Parts: sequence; structure tokens; C-alpha cells
Amino acid sequence: MAVATSGTTTMNNVEAVRHTLYEALKADDRTLILGEDVGARGNVFLITKGFIEEFGPERIIDTPLAEASIAGVAIGMAMEGLRPIAEIQFADFIYPAFNQIVGEAAKTRYRSNGDYTCPLVIRTPYGGGIRGALSHSVSIEALFYHVPGLKIVAPSFPADMKGLLNAAIDDPDPVLFLEHKKTYRLVKGEVPQGHYTIPIGKADVKREGDRLTVVSYGFYIHQALEAAAQLAGEGMDVEVIDLRSIRPMDRTTILASVRKTRKLLIIHEDNKFGGIGAEISAMVVEDAFFDLDAPIRRLCGPDVPAMGYALSLEEAFMIPVPRMAEAMREMVNF
Amino acid sequence: MPKATASVQTLLDNERLLTLLRNMLVQRAVDTRGFQLNRQGKIAIAMGSEGHEAVQAGTGLAFQRGKDLLYPYYRNTGLILACGFPLADVFRSQFARATDRTGGRNIINHITARDLGIASLSSIIASQCTHAVGAAYAVKLRKEPDRAVFCQFGDGATSEGEWHEAVNFAAVARLPVIFLCENNRWAISTPQAKQMVVEDVASRAHGYGIPGTVVDGFDPVAVYEAVAAARERAVSGDGPTIVEAKCYRFLSHTTDDDDRTYRSREEVERQRELDPVPRFARKLIDAETIDEAGVEQMRREIATLVNATTDEIETEPGPSADTLYGNVYAGSHEPWCVWETEAL
Repeated sequence: MAVATSGTTTMNNVEAVRHTLYEALKADDRTLILGEDVGARGNVFLITKGFIEEFGPERIIDTPLAEASIAGVAIGMAMEGLRPIAEIQFADFIYPAFNQIVGEAAKTRYRSNGDYTCPLVIRTPYGGGIRGALSHSVSIEALFYHVPGLKIVAPSFPADMKGLLNAAIDDPDPVLFLEHKKTYRLVKGEVPQGHYTIPIGKADVKREGDRLTVVSYGFYIHQALEAAAQLAGEGMDVEVIDLRSIRPMDRTTILASVRKTRKLLIIHEDNKFGGIGAEISAMVVEDAFFDLDAPIRRLCGPDVPAMGYALSLEEAFMIPVPRMAEAMREMVNF
Repeated sequence: MPKATASVQTLLDNERLLTLLRNMLVQRAVDTRGFQLNRQGKIAIAMGSEGHEAVQAGTGLAFQRGKDLLYPYYRNTGLILACGFPLADVFRSQFARATDRTGGRNIINHITARDLGIASLSSIIASQCTHAVGAAYAVKLRKEPDRAVFCQFGDGATSEGEWHEAVNFAAVARLPVIFLCENNRWAISTPQAKQMVVEDVASRAHGYGIPGTVVDGFDPVAVYEAVAAARERAVSGDGPTIVEAKCYRFLSHTTDDDDRTYRSREEVERQRELDPVPRFARKLIDAETIDEAGVEQMRREIATLVNATTDEIETEPGPSADTLYGNVYAGSHEPWCVWETEAL
């Protein structure tokens, strides 16, 4: 972390998450972290390194290796007034906790009619491009975004990480906080000092343009911006929206942009069928069909169970910048 | 645990013994009424707990109101009443009235009472066990003295992986939890022998490095003693205990089940002969704690109260349809965020 211009600090995404968690633990002693290897090891990406020495093993909890209980115990803590931040070591390991997240956390407020609430954050690194193969690369957002009662955020810029993680910690309902692991050290940016939040549910126009709207999130938002920069060099200004929040989703920003550019390209790493792009395109067709000048297009992961370990298989799954740029050109020229 | 047992016996004065009896009679009366209401078509389903009266009255007596927390399961009518849950609210849940604490959302027996320390539950077996452990973690972290967490479940629940995860987590962190297995021998139609090879659920405690106690679940005093001892251990900082109370499910799983399809009448009748409710009443009569007329009067008063309560709740309105959308999140529910700036 190097102090840069006044009022901001240059951080990568690991540092931004680490810094935000640290400040939250300092600010509120109801806050605690639980997960696998978050204590002495300091999390497998070193996000919580040194926390156990400063905050103690009662608040930085190395749990037994059992994801359902990480989520379930965190729910019980939240029901009794603590502010747990649970960690699932890799998003791929979240399946054993699915019952607790979907069946319990998402329904606690609803089934008790507000008598009990579940102010819980579950952080987990997701996504590929790091040779993680079938069980260290998956995207899980579509498995959860169907579920009322949950909130899902997936920021990928350090300043957004901080603002949305603060919002998630403050939120009175359960929030699934997705961190794309390929961006952890790859992406750096200026992070404002001091406490601030970014509202959950608000997208961010990362690049303005009038020829095409591109909606993306995660690692691909960075690739999409690179592709959009290429197109700008070719005289085509593309608008790039970083969703940041997956549920609830920012209808206002997406519709306003589509009505301006009249074309929509959705890019995500998760596979296409039933993915986040399906809901976005359905919403745009319902509400802005007559504003469209071209069919909506989705550029997504292939419909296979996961990306392979071999570099060739991983590369075949991931969408490189040139393919994004080509899809953008085709849409602009439609 | 001889120390706790000895102190407990001196505590069980006549007043407490009569509380046990009364709670058992109330539980039986509520169950009976629930099945009647279902057969009359007035409630969609009933879920009886006959055979669990001694377990729940004994556990309820060990529960310290205003201090302890209860994470119940769905067959805990008697226990929640013994822990202070209002009788009228049991029937508001059964009738799914607007005044029900869940607003008529959760199915019968799935109640909530944060003010009484009784947690909201789902029907997903054993999923409340890790919640109880998280609650116990909060109790321990905040160094709250003399507070324990009661975690209730049946024998079938112990087959769930989440049950194991909960007990193990609590053992490792030495949390103030009582894991109370109400072993009624049947998980709907599946007998204990198809759930586990061991005779006693409590014997599994050794695998977690914690004590396990087996107790006669037809004897409310024995249950009270075992649970009070486990509570003492919990609040002393010595960690969790598994208490297994052997009881029996006299009724079908629910009014939608027919137990004649999977277990013999002879088995049920044999267990009926051990029915804890008349047995405990007889014990108190023999000890001259109460006489037969006193028991009969108690039974009549309870029946009158239960009938008057259901008559009243029956007239209350159900929830209005627009309440469907409330309490999904804090504030309004909208999967798509509409910001003020939207130009439509």
C-alpha cells in the first residue's frame, strides 16, 4: 500500500479487502471473521494475515473444515446480534453451505416476519484464468441470484471493493460478496481514505460511449474496458457498465444506457444458459424493446461444467480481449 | 454427574412436580385439539408430539427463562409452552392467523419468539443445530454468565452431516450448548435401525470428546436432572453435552401420514402402556403430591382453556394478501434497483 495523491491510497484488490476488513474489525467489536485458514495462515491469499495476533482467536476463527457449519454458525451468530464475516475459501467449496445460505440465511427475516434477521457477509473468491481447474475456478453467482432474501455483489476495482464491502458489512441482510481471484493482485487502483460505502444495487459506468452498451462484471470488466479502448481508437465509443451488484441489480443505469446507445452486449465468465445475462436481456426486452436497434447479444462462458486444468482448455473457456473487441465491432456495425 | 443430580433432587419441590404434570397435560391437550381441528378441516395440518411430554416438560423446567436460548425443532409444542410461549400463539400458528408471530407464513409449530429467546426455524432437518452453535458462540464471546443454548432435534436429525458439523464445532470451541436428542425411534417411516448401527445416539459423544447421557424420556424428573446437569456444565465453561431422551412417537408423523403403513399396532400399543402422562400422574398421586380429583380438575381446566383459546383464535382473520411482500429484506423488496434518477 503506497500513499499516492492526497486522500487516496494505491491498492490492489487483496489490499483493499484486507484494509476494509481491518477497519471493520477495529470499528465494531461485534464483527468477527470465521473460515478455513483465516487465522495463523492469514487466509490462503493472505487477506487476513496478522489479524489473529491483533484481534485474537475469538474474533479471527479458524473453523473446522466444514463449509455448512461455517455458514450455519455464522447465521446463528448473526441471529444473536454479532456481525459475522464468514469466508468460504474458494467459491467452488460453497456447495456444502448451499442449504444454509439459500434455505436459512435468505429466509430468516421472511419466515420470522422480521422477528429475527441475518446480517451476515459471506466472502468468497471466485472465477478462473488462474489454472484453478474444475474446483478452483467456478463462477457461482447464477446459482444464488435466483434467491429472494440474498444480496450478491461482485466488485472488481479496489475502490469499489472497499465501498461495497463496507456496505455489505453494514447491511441488515445476508450478502454474498464475490471477489474475482484473478483480479486480486492484477488490478490496482486509487482507494479513498476513511470510511465510505457504495450502495448495493448501483452499477457504475466505467466508460461512456454512445454506440453500444456493454454490461459486465468481475475480471471481464477489465478486459471489456481494454477492448472498448481499442474500439475508441477505431472511432467507436462504447459505453461500459460495471454491474458491481448482481442482486439487486441496477435497472436504472442499464435502461438509461441502452436507450442512449440502442444496443446491448452482455459479457460474463459464467456460462450462458440461465446466467446473469439472461435476466438482464429479459429485463431490457420487457422494458426497452422498441429502443433496440439490434438483437441483444451475450458473450459468455461455454456451457461445460467447468474450465479444464490444461492451459489450452482454460484458454478455450476464457474470452480474450480480441474476441470481446470483435463482438463489440460486430454490434456497433450491425 | 452426581453433583448436579443430588442438588436437583432437593430442588424438585411439589410446586415443580406439579408444573411438570401440568405442562405434560397441556401438551397432550394441545396435540389432541390440533388433530381434531385438522379432522374438522379447520387447520391444514397438525403435527403431534404425544409421547414427548416427559422430555419436553423436563427440559422446559431446566430452561432458565430470560437467560437461556432455545433452538427448537418442529415437534416442540410442549417445550416452547414450558419455556413461556403463549398458548394462544401456538393456535395462531396452527390457524395461520394474521396475529401469528410469523404473520401466517411458517407452517404449524415453526414459531418464532425472539423476546423469549426462542429461535425461528425451518423444516430442514438439523439445520438449526449450527445456528444454536453460533448463538452459543455469541454467548461465550460476550462472556454472558449463566446462559446456555438448548438445541433440540430428533433421532433422524443425527444422520445429517450438519448435525455432526454442529456438535464438532461446539466441542472444539467448548461452547455452552445442550444437544438434546428426542429419540422417538422413528423418522417418519424409517426406524432407528435404518438410521444408525449404534443403540444410543449419545454414544457418539465420545467421538467428539464430550459427555453423552442417555435418559428415560418417559420420566420428566430424570430428563430434568440430565438436562440441568448438562446446563450446569455448559454455563461453567466446560462445553457441550449430548443428552439423549428415549421416548416414542405415539401418533403418525403428521395428520398427512399414516403410520399403519410402516409399523405394527402391537408396537405402538406396547409403548402406549408406558405412556408418560398417566404414569407421571399416578406417580404423583401415589406420593400424595396431588390426588385423583386434583389431576382431573387440572385436566378439565386445561381442556376448557384450550377450547376457549381455539374458539377465539378461529374467529381472527388471516393475513392480508399484500403482506406476502413484506420482510424479504429490510425496506422494500425489489430485485431490480430503481434509482430516483430513472427517466421513464
